[in-house]
Amino acid sequence: MRIVVEIDQCVGGGQCVMAAPDVFDQDDDGLVVVLDGDPAPGLADDIRLAARLCPARAIVVDDT
Amino acid sequence: MTDLSDALPAFPMTRPTPFDPPPGYAAVRDAGGLARVRLWDGRTAWLVTNYEQVRSLLGDPRISVDRRREGFPFPTPGREALERSGKTTFVGMDPPDHTRLRRVFTKYFAVKRIEALRPVVQRIVDDLVTDLLAAGPPADFVAALAGEVPARTICHVLGMPLADRARFQALDHERNTLTTSPENVIRATNEMLAYADELITRKQREPADDLVSRLVADQLGGDTISREELVAAVRLLITAGHETTTNMIGLGIATLLRHPEQLRELRADPSLVPAAVEELLRYISIFHISPTRVVVEPIDIAGQRLEAGDGGIAAVAGANRDDAAFPDAATFDLHREARHHVAFGYGVHQCLGQPLARVELQTVVETLGRRIPSLRFAGDPDALEIREYAFLSLAALPLTWDAAEGEGR
Repeated sequence: MRIVVEIDQCVGGGQCVMAAPDVFDQDDDGLVVVLDGDPAPGLADDIRLAARLCPARAIVVDDT
Repeated sequence: MTDLSDALPAFPMTRPTPFDPPPGYAAVRDAGGLARVRLWDGRTAWLVTNYEQVRSLLGDPRISVDRRREGFPFPTPGREALERSGKTTFVGMDPPDHTRLRRVFTKYFAVKRIEALRPVVQRIVDDLVTDLLAAGPPADFVAALAGEVPARTICHVLGMPLADRARFQALDHERNTLTTSPENVIRATNEMLAYADELITRKQREPADDLVSRLVADQLGGDTISREELVAAVRLLITAGHETTTNMIGLGIATLLRHPEQLRELRADPSLVPAAVEELLRYISIFHISPTRVVVEPIDIAGQRLEAGDGGIAAVAGANRDDAAFPDAATFDLHREARHHVAFGYGVHQCLGQPLARVELQTVVETLGRRIPSLRFAGDPDALEIREYAFLSLAALPLTWDAAEGEGR
């Protein structure tokens, strides 16, 4: 699973941090940071939820 | 189209009960999810009621939140007067201005930064519950708790004297009442702006450990935000988390009391509280007048071409009751996956303060369950009065409990 975040799109809503706290965090400006670029398969559902919840569609998940 | 508009349903639609969206939303949903509605000024707009279409509308860069654009739909005369008065914040701006100004504030509302406020909110709720128990049953929980938790939290976060809360509560109430005249909406807003301006001046002179002081130190004098923009934004910060959270607390408690078995589960297992709060946000969907937008470039929604200049209303309360997104959506179920609700909106304008709202709601739900387990309606739960308000709002919530619970605590 590959995670791509488009920082320019991020509005600091924090949805990703709530959905997948092991994978996403917010930097000093409140914008998205990927903590774990190679997440365990068990986190896949949380990551997909984070991508779905992101109000700015700044998270793209590549499942291939 | 205006000549036909008399035959169209009027917006905002009324709710017969506080616990369900207007029946008109379900009718539109059954008819495909999109319908023309008539506004107070005789103009029309598209009402969008389905989950995926609401997200499409709110997330599409071809629609605008800029109230100065021709065709922007306003739910009331007061809202139009206010929005057109130019006293707007990033809430009424499109990118890139929106992005620039919102990013001034995102860091202060980061999830972990807000989580650090949990002990403060807990103390506020505990103090209020202690007072309620000491005074004894019954009590109006709108006045005694729902209004106080957000007001005291905001005073703490922004560094405002607690005594000022009555002033901003009254002004905010006036602004959000749908029947307030345009003149009074503007006057109340100007008073709040003057208050925000005074607050900023005070924090320039006497900085303290609060958000307005930090904004003054971090942002004022830089080239990202002007003083006027900061004044408007501080006005927004004072009000945005007040009436919204107040009404969610009141309606949230009422909803839980109407589902006693789930409330019992919640008391037995407080780890269910965050999920219960998401379900309350979905089920209640307090943003009654809904996010409104205007189309800039034609888009297709639910099989209909929306043309440039058309108004769009994203009925989040309808979307959150869409069975396609939330199976058996009319049922309150704290065990469901509800986190994808759109109670805070969707798109780049989604609520900035939602982590704070969550902390307040979770703290209230957990604390009441623990400290007042016998809490129940003092009157007829089917006779609660809804106010004519921008947010779904209870006029009062009379509750009672076993007086013995106040002893020894």
